[in-house]
Amino acid sequence: MATSAGAAHEAADQPATRRIVNDFSIQVATVNGSGSQTANLVLLRSLFQMGVPVSGKNMFPSNIAGLPTWFTIRANKDGYIARKKEVDFLVAMNPETAKEDVLSLHPGQAVLYDEPLKLNALRTDLIFYPVPFDRIVAEVCKDAKLRRLVKNMIYDGVLSRLLGVDMAQMEQALRKQLGKKLKAVELNLGALKAGHAFAAEHLIKQDPYYIEPMDRTAGMILVEGNAAGALGSMMAGVTVVAWYPITPSSSLPETLIAYMRKYRVDKTTGKATFAIVQAEDEIASIGMVIGAGWAGARAMTSTAGPGISLMSEFAGLAYYAEVPGVVFDIQRVGPSTGLPTRTAQGDMLTTATLSHGDTKQILLIPASVEECYTMAIDAFDLAERFQTLVFVMSDLDLGMNTWMSRAFPYPEKPIDRGKLLDAASLRRLGEWGRYQDVDGDGIPYRTVPGDGMAAYFTRGSGHNTKGQYSERPDDYVQNMERLARKFETARSHVPRPDVEDAAGAEIGIVGYGTSHWAIDECRHQLARESEVRTGYLRLRAYPFTEELSAFVDRYERIYVVEQNRDAQMAMLMRMEMRPDQIAKVRSVLHYNGLPIDARSVTDDILVQEGLKARTEVHADVISAGMHAGGE
Amino acid sequence: MPEPTPTAPKKTNRIGLEPQPYRGGKTTLCAGCGHNAISERIIDAFYEMGVDPAQVVKLSGIGCSSKSPAYFLGAAHGFNAVHGRMPSVATGAVLANRRLIAIGVSGDGDTGAIGIGQFVHAMRRNIPMIYIIEDNGCYGLTKGQFSPTADLGSTLKTGVINDLPPLDTCALAIELGASFVARSFSGDKKQLLSILKASLSHRGMCMIDIISPCVTFNDHEGSTKSYAYAKDHDEPLGELNFVPFFEDISVEYDPGTTREVTMHDGSKLLLKKVAEDYDPTDKLAAISLIHETVRRGEFPTGILYIEPDKDDFVTLLDLTAEPLNTLPLDRIRPSREALDEIMESLR
Ligand SMILES: Cc1ncc(C[n+]2csc(CCOP(=O)(O)OP(=O)(O)O)c2C)c(N)n1
Ligand code: SF4
Repeated sequence: MATSAGAAHEAADQPATRRIVNDFSIQVATVNGSGSQTANLVLLRSLFQMGVPVSGKNMFPSNIAGLPTWFTIRANKDGYIARKKEVDFLVAMNPETAKEDVLSLHPGQAVLYDEPLKLNALRTDLIFYPVPFDRIVAEVCKDAKLRRLVKNMIYDGVLSRLLGVDMAQMEQALRKQLGKKLKAVELNLGALKAGHAFAAEHLIKQDPYYIEPMDRTAGMILVEGNAAGALGSMMAGVTVVAWYPITPSSSLPETLIAYMRKYRVDKTTGKATFAIVQAEDEIASIGMVIGAGWAGARAMTSTAGPGISLMSEFAGLAYYAEVPGVVFDIQRVGPSTGLPTRTAQGDMLTTATLSHGDTKQILLIPASVEECYTMAIDAFDLAERFQTLVFVMSDLDLGMNTWMSRAFPYPEKPIDRGKLLDAASLRRLGEWGRYQDVDGDGIPYRTVPGDGMAAYFTRGSGHNTKGQYSERPDDYVQNMERLARKFETARSHVPRPDVEDAAGAEIGIVGYGTSHWAIDECRHQLARESEVRTGYLRLRAYPFTEELSAFVDRYERIYVVEQNRDAQMAMLMRMEMRPDQIAKVRSVLHYNGLPIDARSVTDDILVQEGLKARTEVHADVISAGMHAGGE
Repeated sequence: MPEPTPTAPKKTNRIGLEPQPYRGGKTTLCAGCGHNAISERIIDAFYEMGVDPAQVVKLSGIGCSSKSPAYFLGAAHGFNAVHGRMPSVATGAVLANRRLIAIGVSGDGDTGAIGIGQFVHAMRRNIPMIYIIEDNGCYGLTKGQFSPTADLGSTLKTGVINDLPPLDTCALAIELGASFVARSFSGDKKQLLSILKASLSHRGMCMIDIISPCVTFNDHEGSTKSYAYAKDHDEPLGELNFVPFFEDISVEYDPGTTREVTMHDGSKLLLKKVAEDYDPTDKLAAISLIHETVRRGEFPTGILYIEPDKDDFVTLLDLTAEPLNTLPLDRIRPSREALDEIMESLR
């Protein structure tokens, strides 16, 4: 990793009372459609290139252009990359939210703003850096029409100077971000340098924040969870994909299309080894997945809550008729259209029991982009092994934001097609019945059309072990019991939780998915600030594995941390717990649409433990009312 | 010693199969239900054309009609899906294995009401399959309610009158892009058999609306979907003949009074003594024919529209020749180098 020692010195020669190095958050407030995404990602990437652990979170409106957007970049030398609740450095570009954004800052924090907004008049306890963006951009960009697009690059230049981010890194990141668009690179580079020069000449550093090179990102990648899920699906050998556009899921199939076109078109014939269909709706998407899975293909779809609701009837068919398929649910805030561009873990309960009647679905719950990749691969294997749908429960924060990660490993295991009947297995079994539990694990053997083995009739209506229509009470009960047995078998095949025990601790925390990053940091805060030690179990799948019950038994109080109002995972846990275990369970719930942060979890646990008063807890910073266009 | 009785040579078809694998389970539909007659014609057509049942998938939605795949082609894989969603399941199956021959059976409620969206898009995509609507103008399985093809002004047993006009699935299918559209009557053995055989030679969406009286709920006088009405008002487009490409074509037809359509696989479709020089490859003519006959209270039967060379959905997707479902691992999992290259691009 190329780093520059010079960068830190440049900024260091300016006066500043205390130094906070590689441990702060920058929030950029803009309007969407203004091209700020490039500037934000260049900044993020520059820090990453300098070896500093970093995360970026885009809080955007459900609208194409003109509404407020916030992008938070967090640098943290210790590797904590959850959203940080407090903003340390605000870049205020949006006149509409600037006032509220500034008023919500803690004293001593820094504000870089568009000079005409005169934000310095609002408060005296902040550090202000006025920048005349329009004047600077007019000098470097002759074409007035393009100015709006490069204007944001100026704050990158200013920040580079103020924070000590190496300009060479900025330039490299910019080139990476814009790829081959040479003209765009030139223009943006001009704006970047102009911002830097302006800061050098006119701004005196007063804030304590610095970026210095580290070596904590060597060999790592930057990727969104949806791209990771797409990659995993491709490596899993997906052949049929049906999908319907919905935020925040669309980028998964869209990235998949791009990868598949590049890596899964037959070199000699130029023909596709996959079929991807943009279906007419989510019902058709899951129908196609089920038809393809039934016919022996590895099939998947990707959606969000509203799509999950529509898929409900088919999900029950797949459960009952035992058809494999993979469904990504990139969760967003519900109910209904909810906050379509905000994150949540709100589909856990619905999806675990998706469809009418007694249904139970297998869920895999990635917490990182790497798990989006590995669990995609696991999902296809499990779907075929268990002949059922497997849901990969990601969320908007994971799916659409850029995360750093170790490089993804090449899958070493061959793919598992599960119990497909062939001549050898038929000889061993003697006689075959589609829904017969010959191995005692609840999993029957299946045949697929065209494979030359015996045919059977697949139906969502009652059936006996041979797949024949049956309304007999005993046939129904036996089949349902076998399905329950199959689900029990799944317990020992799904990804096991990650467990970190703390000897002698009374508190055990249970979390899953993206809540992990806040929990990880919260445990550190609890230990360091309040001397409260905690054990931690991160769930990675439903059905739960035996580790969960044992973990609950080891602690006095269990805090289940999740991003929904109704404590959905805690409810699923209670369904399987003994009364003494249930009595231990408490919940920490975060469901305002913003990614969960450590401070909120820490405070909530301290309050419930009686170590802090509710009134001492601060609300989240982004409180501006937003008007979302419905979709 | 008794004389050994000579065993009669077993009846087999072109591919050496006996009729048995083409038969299905015993029907549970009402005696006399039009759907049963259709199942029999399907059995005949597949047997006579020598289609291997092991390569066939039969799919359906929910309804009396949708139960019928259990009653034909017992040696084929069947899938009784959810109400109105057969088309999506069939689409997935033919994408998974492009060599499968898919036949879907639906009802007028299953297609015209809950499933109209999937019907529209299956037609539009020209999915390679046979799509049969067993059209009785009512919901049989839920006991006789109106379906979207119920006659305007018809009356339920409870006295409720239908004041909405019926939709015409053939006109819709033609408009939407299906490349083979036909209408027939469950009681017309000869015509239905010809149409089904022709559909087996076509690659693309074969949408066949078959008037199929519900003897229990909609066979009363005045219903256009009753036996009596269908017999009287069925207006065949001349006699339909289909000559599969494996039969000797020359013997059959008289060019003067016959319109000939060459099918995808070289088979010939012959329309004899076609009314008013009907051209089944002319989309506008097909649609106006439907509208004109319907205005007279009649319904045209036969192959209303055919576009033999239209690309089907599998062709449009430019899929590899082998079925996707059996591609070996090295063709569906990119190499280590490919993953390395991707990882490098993300650094
Ligand atoms: C989602 C859903 N809604 C309603 C039903 C009830 N239902 C079963 S069959 C049917 C109508 C069938 O009518 P049609 O497709 O015309 O077939 P027919 O029975 O007349 O052959 C209905 C409404 C169902 N099975 N699923
Ligand atoms: S109710 Fe009507 S459609 Fe259903 S089986 Fe009986 S006759 Fe056929």
